Amino acid sequence: MITKLTGGRIYDPAHGIDGEIHDIYVRDGRIVDAPVDGKINDEVDLRGKVVMAGAIDMHTHIGGGKINIARTMLPEDHAADVVARTELMRSGCGHAAPSTLTAGYRYAEMGYTAGFEPAILPINARQAHMEMGDTPIIDKGGYAMLGSDDYLLRMMAANNDQEAINNYVAWIINHTQAIGIKVVNPGGINAFKFNQRKLDLDEKNKYYNVSPREILMRLARAVKELGVPHPLHVHGCNLGVPGNLGTTLDTMEGIEGLPMHMTHIQFHSYGTEGDFKFSSGAAEIAESINRNKNITVDVGQILFGQTVTASGDTMRQFAGSPHAHPNKYVCMDIECDAGCGVVPFKYKDQSYVNALQWMIGLETFLMVDDPWRIFLTTDHPNGAPFTSYPHLIKLLMDKSFRNDTLSTLHPEAQKASHLATLDREYTLYDIAIMTRAGAAKLVGLADRGHLGVGGAADITVYTDNPDREKMFSKPDYVFKDGTMVVKDGDLINVTWGTTHVVKPEYDSSVEVELKKYFDRYHTQKMGNFKMSDDEIVDDGRGSLTVQPLHKGGKV
Amino acid sequence: MTESSEAKIWHEIASPFCGIASDDLTIKVEGNTVTVEENGDAVTKKGFETPITDLQPRINGEQVSLEQAVNHAAELLTQSKQPVIGGLATDVNGLRAAMALADKSRATVDSMDSDSAFRNILVLQDTGWMVTTLTEVRNRVDLLVVVGSDIEVDYPRFFERMVWNKESMFDQDIASRQVVYLGKAPSGDASTSPAGKKAQVLTCDDADLPEVVSVLRALVNGKQIQAEQVGGIAVADLAKLAEQLKQAAYSVITWASGSMTFDHAETSIQVLCEMIKELNAETRSNGLPLGGKDGSTSVYNVSSWQSGFPMRTSFNRGFPDYDPYLSDSKKMLANGEVDVLVWVSSFNVSRTPPESTTPTVVIGRSGMTFNQEPEVFIPVGVPGIDHAGRTFRGDSSVAVPLRKLRDSGLPSTFDVLSAIELAMPN
Repeated sequence: MITKLTGGRIYDPAHGIDGEIHDIYVRDGRIVDAPVDGKINDEVDLRGKVVMAGAIDMHTHIGGGKINIARTMLPEDHAADVVARTELMRSGCGHAAPSTLTAGYRYAEMGYTAGFEPAILPINARQAHMEMGDTPIIDKGGYAMLGSDDYLLRMMAANNDQEAINNYVAWIINHTQAIGIKVVNPGGINAFKFNQRKLDLDEKNKYYNVSPREILMRLARAVKELGVPHPLHVHGCNLGVPGNLGTTLDTMEGIEGLPMHMTHIQFHSYGTEGDFKFSSGAAEIAESINRNKNITVDVGQILFGQTVTASGDTMRQFAGSPHAHPNKYVCMDIECDAGCGVVPFKYKDQSYVNALQWMIGLETFLMVDDPWRIFLTTDHPNGAPFTSYPHLIKLLMDKSFRNDTLSTLHPEAQKASHLATLDREYTLYDIAIMTRAGAAKLVGLADRGHLGVGGAADITVYTDNPDREKMFSKPDYVFKDGTMVVKDGDLINVTWGTTHVVKPEYDSSVEVELKKYFDRYHTQKMGNFKMSDDEIVDDGRGSLTVQPLHKGGKV
Repeated sequence: MTESSEAKIWHEIASPFCGIASDDLTIKVEGNTVTVEENGDAVTKKGFETPITDLQPRINGEQVSLEQAVNHAAELLTQSKQPVIGGLATDVNGLRAAMALADKSRATVDSMDSDSAFRNILVLQDTGWMVTTLTEVRNRVDLLVVVGSDIEVDYPRFFERMVWNKESMFDQDIASRQVVYLGKAPSGDASTSPAGKKAQVLTCDDADLPEVVSVLRALVNGKQIQAEQVGGIAVADLAKLAEQLKQAAYSVITWASGSMTFDHAETSIQVLCEMIKELNAETRSNGLPLGGKDGSTSVYNVSSWQSGFPMRTSFNRGFPDYDPYLSDSKKMLANGEVDVLVWVSSFNVSRTPPESTTPTVVIGRSGMTFNQEPEVFIPVGVPGIDHAGRTFRGDSSVAVPLRKLRDSGLPSTFDVLSAIELAMPN
């Protein structure tokens, strides 16, 4: 069964293709060469259409304990966006913390074919994967959170060698079914349990005498040496604190050239200048990113309206809880592993701080030169729900729209930003890099994010429209693994995507100490902590895709 | 069904019957006979050792095939205008199937432990809370306050595993841990330390607990109290407890909402949770809501991720419609609002549906007996004995894997509910 997609204008940055017209052939869910005998079974006319690979959200909170707390605690937010059952789709709810089923449908309807949960607490991995297992159509995966877990901090306090740390990190990736490692407020979630209320880059955890900088070095090295393609994913110190800019610069410069991904950098780019003692640090941050080629970032753009912030950063979420809107929040210490904080929040365009946050995010997008090293996120749902991506794309691609919006915001904030002077407009090729080719490369997905022969047939087709929000809201077609799942913006098929993982090798002797640790201190046995491959496959709907490691990594 | 008489021993087995989901059980299986060999307690022994009786489904008391029973249940749901899928004591996959069936049949979902669960969920939805989990308690607690609950009845191993464990990874002197009961007194000695130190007990009637916790919160906040006694407790004793809470490095306040059966207990839980937030201005303190027996923590988790809302959600209008009062299935049944009840109870044979004249389908653990024979009874296996599965611990962060220990041939709740869904016309 060969399907020919005829005559589309192709944007495939992985192969340097920028708007060339050519045909694509699809067989058994993969992109294939044109058949030698010319025989095709089906043809879709894409003449005049814009064709890209399916989009990949490399940082979106779609599964796990904290987002499920957000769902449970926000009935009033769901009430305005309940979704009825159809012949094809289950009912559910949307907006800030959508139900898993609705999240999958809506991602697909927007042309997204993969999403990665960035903060899987190892102890909560089973829940995260069960929720993602109930998220239809898109592929998924996640980054396991380390850095505040007592096991790592004990190893570091005991001055264990890097090899031992590498073994532990590989073991965690394997048994939480992850594709990367994330660190959140390095050591800070742990320090909060000892009643420390802030932890700067060189401050020590008062029990372990270990600093965030040391944790970052150990984990960044482990990820590199194991050959895990996704660089260490870092939610830095001091999220949201005015003046955190200096720490962020120090974090990026201080990693000694190791690959590192700084996530939702917007929340870490604040100065203390001006009457409000809150200013944009985007220019200095962008300059540092441009200079340090080992660094990648996603923005964590905020957009105005009601949302909910859900983070592993208990320390900073507790500090932010007085700003909760509506006035309720959850903070949790979790299993000597990590923690979480869930704080509903409303970003207001007439708030000086929120307006400037909006500008800082956009300044960062526009001042980082290389679209292969910056990624389009709202840190869903923390900056805004993922359904606002088409609006964000329009802000990036359309300068007059951007400046018109800017002119309506808090006037003092407008004066504090030089966003209006930035002329750059993202091109379709830039968007394809940021949301497809670059994202696949960053996450380590060898067969996704591109339209070359052998790649998965995850393909999104748009009608070119100068209103980029309209264009990116409703693709003409979305193909997932070769199956047409969306036609004219509407879902026509529900399929189930795979779970992407990596399987770096570890020395099985690592389990000797781990077993003792679980037996002595935990309330769960090591054997029950480990998630088996079968649990992902579950009742047959799920599947695992093991992505290749970088050279030097051992599978 | 295996006839083998050779015993098989299983280690590190998790119990889905109690909210702390201890997973260090050693279990012996001979044929269909299951025995807890090590680390059992009253709850887990009953849970694992209850024998299988029925293997055959029944319609109005007559034995039928599984297919006949499934078709009959599907027909009832197809004709129904306001069905309820209640009970919901099962594993995650059973709950996934229940949610899918509820969506298709426009049913209301509710759990047999909703009254207890909502005392917490209403607080979560109104003001939120700061809470911790079992491993944190085991390693960090220096002051445990047990409010309004005699927790060792439903959680027999709580103290052994979380308070009087041998060691803490932070070099804490375990013997120095303090335990205070506020409200109910403990019925046994589980809370007494290995060296014989007994818990401090400040008793009051349930009816006085709202007042007592309000005074405690006021004292934590430095307010002057004119009264000398509240609910029979000396205010001076409460002031001492307030001071202990402020001095503690990691206090934990625990309650089992299932035992707080007085009216609007959620408001007392809310007062405690707000007090905990206030304590965290200076030191660390956390709540530990104890619950989750027979899979009840799994219910609100699965319901929330699939629909956005916890149980007591109706799909009657084609979309999730959450109302913790109107969709209380007990009230709905009593008011004659339900025309078909599907009762799911795959853990505990004594948890049968409430008596009513409503046509009832029971998807129940084999061995269940009824005062009132349901229209349809489909005996199912137990998650964690007859089939693999997963269940959430009461603290919600940990989902434990459940193993298949024997081959009884009984279908799972997932199998049966999925078959009913499939048998219904689109």
